[in-house]
Amino acid sequence: MKAIDRKMLRDLRAMWGQALAIAFVIVSGVATFVTMTATMDSLQRTLATYYADYRFADAFASVRRAPEQLQNRLRQIEGVGQVQTRVMAAVNLEVPGFGEPVTGQIVSIPEGKQPVLNQLFIREGRLVRPGREDEVLLNEAFAEAHGLEPGSTLTAIINGRRKTLAVVGIALSPEFLMQIQPGSLFPDPQRFGVMWMGRPALAAAYDMEGAFNDVNIALAPGADVREVVAQLDVLLKPYGSQGGQERADQPSHFYITEEFRQLRSMATILPVIFLAVAAFLLNIVVTRLIGTQREQIAVLKAFGYSSTDVGWHFVKMVLVIAAVGAVGGTVLGLWMGNGMANLYMEFYRFPYLDYTLRLPVFFAVLALTTGAALVGVIRAVRRAVKLPPAEAMRPAPPANYRPTLVERIGLKHLFDQPTRMIARNLERQPIKALLTIIGMAASGAILVLGLFFSDAFDYIIDVQYGMAERADLTVTFNQPTSTAALYEVQAMPGVLYAEPFRAVPVRLHHHHRSYETGISGIPDRPYLRRVLNRDLDPISIPPEGLVLTDRLAAKLDIEAGDQVLVEVLEGSRRTIAVPVIAPAQQYIGLGAYMNLNQLNRIAGNGAALSGVLVAIDARYEDQLVDALQERPRVASIVSQERIIESVYETSGQSTLTFAFILTLFAGVIAFGVVYNSARITLAERDRELASLRVLGFTRNEIAYILLGELALLTLLSLPVAFALGALLSAATVESLQTDLYEFPVVLGRGTFAYAAVVVLSAAAISALIIRRMLNKLDLVGVLKTRE
Amino acid sequence: MKHPPQETPHKIVFEARGVTKVYDMGTVQVYALRGVDLDLYAGELVVLLGASGSGKSTLLNILGGLDTATAGRVFYRGEDLTQADEHQLTDYRRYHVGFVFQFYNLIPSLTARENVAIVTEIARDPMTPEEALDIVGLSDRMDHFPAQLSGGQQQRVAIARAIAKQPAVLLCDEPTGALDSKTGVVVLEALERVNRALGTTTAIITHNAAQAQMASRIIHLSDGQVTQIEQNPNPMPASEITW
Repeated sequence: MKAIDRKMLRDLRAMWGQALAIAFVIVSGVATFVTMTATMDSLQRTLATYYADYRFADAFASVRRAPEQLQNRLRQIEGVGQVQTRVMAAVNLEVPGFGEPVTGQIVSIPEGKQPVLNQLFIREGRLVRPGREDEVLLNEAFAEAHGLEPGSTLTAIINGRRKTLAVVGIALSPEFLMQIQPGSLFPDPQRFGVMWMGRPALAAAYDMEGAFNDVNIALAPGADVREVVAQLDVLLKPYGSQGGQERADQPSHFYITEEFRQLRSMATILPVIFLAVAAFLLNIVVTRLIGTQREQIAVLKAFGYSSTDVGWHFVKMVLVIAAVGAVGGTVLGLWMGNGMANLYMEFYRFPYLDYTLRLPVFFAVLALTTGAALVGVIRAVRRAVKLPPAEAMRPAPPANYRPTLVERIGLKHLFDQPTRMIARNLERQPIKALLTIIGMAASGAILVLGLFFSDAFDYIIDVQYGMAERADLTVTFNQPTSTAALYEVQAMPGVLYAEPFRAVPVRLHHHHRSYETGISGIPDRPYLRRVLNRDLDPISIPPEGLVLTDRLAAKLDIEAGDQVLVEVLEGSRRTIAVPVIAPAQQYIGLGAYMNLNQLNRIAGNGAALSGVLVAIDARYEDQLVDALQERPRVASIVSQERIIESVYETSGQSTLTFAFILTLFAGVIAFGVVYNSARITLAERDRELASLRVLGFTRNEIAYILLGELALLTLLSLPVAFALGALLSAATVESLQTDLYEFPVVLGRGTFAYAAVVVLSAAAISALIIRRMLNKLDLVGVLKTRE
Repeated sequence: MKHPPQETPHKIVFEARGVTKVYDMGTVQVYALRGVDLDLYAGELVVLLGASGSGKSTLLNILGGLDTATAGRVFYRGEDLTQADEHQLTDYRRYHVGFVFQFYNLIPSLTARENVAIVTEIARDPMTPEEALDIVGLSDRMDHFPAQLSGGQQQRVAIARAIAKQPAVLLCDEPTGALDSKTGVVVLEALERVNRALGTTTAIITHNAAQAQMASRIIHLSDGQVTQIEQNPNPMPASEITW
């Protein structure tokens, strides 16, 4: 090894603590990047193969009932490759040993063979045999949630009749990566499951012989999905289609693409913060190193090392640190990514996972870390190589100090000498002080960002299920039902209060914009489902007019007072103009609200109900649910408490893991920044501090000068951290907004407190290490060395 | 041990004409050198004698290509150093000049041997670090770090480092400045030995008149000008010098 490289390695070893602290910050950034990128990359590749191998359809449509012959006309639509008709039905289920309401969705498949599109991956068991009316395959997540396997049985209430179903297989489908019950926010595999049944059996049970109510389309190569869906809509409208969906809008696919989008934005924001901090740390450390090595640089140059040689020497040192960070971060990231991908596999069901790190990701890591490291040190290195050798031979001139602003305006007497030293030192290097504050603030901000999600989540749940939706049970009927049903439910034992609702699918038009949603009909004095204004006060819905969620209003470019065209997608199928009244605040979904009576008039069918919201006496819940399940008209019973529980169950584990990792990484940053700043201040000022010791100052007194400065910077960083964290959260939220939900920027005091505690602890640990170093300050040695 | 070809006496190595150096200190201009004319000959050992601030270090830095003159010209073997660019100056320092500094300026993280190697690795036709350290009498200290060596030993490592590349000129800036007289003599002996054995043109800066006695010529500097050039036909052996 060359002597100059040996010097580099020994220099690195001499500052191993600082180098390691920086490497850890890089490790954190790279690990976050690799975790998220590798996870996303692997999931995306797996998804693409899965979709292709199992022939996931390109377009979807539902109808009420269409004759099978219509298939031939669908095939003739230009751009259609393959058509698959089928029957789908919602059923209530009774699972042995599980007392709560369970809803299922049954999808028909051909007997004895795979469907043409949306094929099944059979994890266990087999397909349905021809002629067997009671055989079903269960979705894996649902089967796992109840411990069901081939050979188990469960009971379905199909069109009011109980039917025992035999489980013959466990399957996965590209169509149901996650199974979300319509109206729910999160999957709840205990209470909602998809199953597959032979088409003849299902058709017979639902009066669909020779007919279908659902169709999947695979496009011919090069076809435009929008045109195909438009043609599809024309043909299917007479049969009660509410409009076809392209793959992008298909719920399971939509969810996973949203997930990818969020992952991508996190995969950008976090590593950028970490690498920026690493660059800053490298900057202060290398600047300091070059400062102490002025003579060495001069000697190298005096003996004929060129500027490039000298610059490369320092760059190599930085690259070693970056390389350690990049490799360590990649290894850690791969490991964490594998864990994360498996968490996703719990949530999104894939038959297999193709988890590998692709070379481009690794090259991106190398480019990112090298780039960040070089950006951090380029200025310092350039200054070093520019130093004329004769100049470098002289010690750096003494730093230029002056009285600080507070002293100059006459408050000098308020400070003792050590405090003045702190103040002057900070004022002399304002950029460094500022960067130190920002560096520490970055760690606090990362914590705030990490905890923000659960704060926002709590808040959304609180608003949605504490203030707006207050029913214990939501009972939905198969189809609009007469108001008599309300009184029937009201009279059931355990029901404290029942409130009717009507939900009508509509398409809203305003100028050239349109959006498909549902209008909820709200009774005059709502108690269980209330619409809130922006101040979260309940709005009373007037007899005429439409209330839109403010995000929906923005989407359609509507203001209060504008007229909106409401195209009813069922029953009357009328299109009428309705004035928009106040906007409503709603974090989940893009809903629209109207007085129940007006909605009934618009939609037709007279005074009808889509369902009933119920407040119950918890003691009678089981009984009530049992009784409701017996009713043929009841399509689903959703318990609010269970929804909230399942939301926290599914999000809880990942949120906790995420927060833990962020805490660790943020601690690394805070420690890295404080430790490096302190080491450098100590190195710059050891003579000064040793002199003070010689003059009779105690260890505590000199510690005050050094650590007081850091304490001040740490405290100053906290409000910056909070502000930065709020900004980051707001920026991240911007990229997380979807039609499904809006994340408000809500930050709890607990979050701030937690961030402050982590930053202060990390600062305290590095302060303790520095304090120990101060104890070892070599008074005589330091004073003997030449300036 | 390899020996460079002996240069014929009186062949001019350095030719300085009207060398002026001005430091611009914002409001004031400080003249470090005011039109110095000077020739240095191959193989000679000269001492530049002058008080602190006389400009001798500045002159040495300019001769060594560490610094540039504000005005005037410096020729090294007929090549104009004042016209050389950064790259040419680096090559000049790399292949032709050896420096010895008052404060040794060893790389603290490298051993004695490695401090020499760092120079031999980039030189053309150098001696080995071991040979160079042998010349200065440090064969038994080769694997010590600077912190484990005394001041005199450190300076001798610095000399070994300077001569290892077999330079044409050796420029020494107060080589004994940080040493006591006894150790200083050992260092001067080493320089004397190098000059004799290798025929390296050697220029030593000092403010110590006693040391000047070892030179064949003594150049007096004062206030940025050459005030006197003294010939010394009978240089005193370094071992006999005391101060």
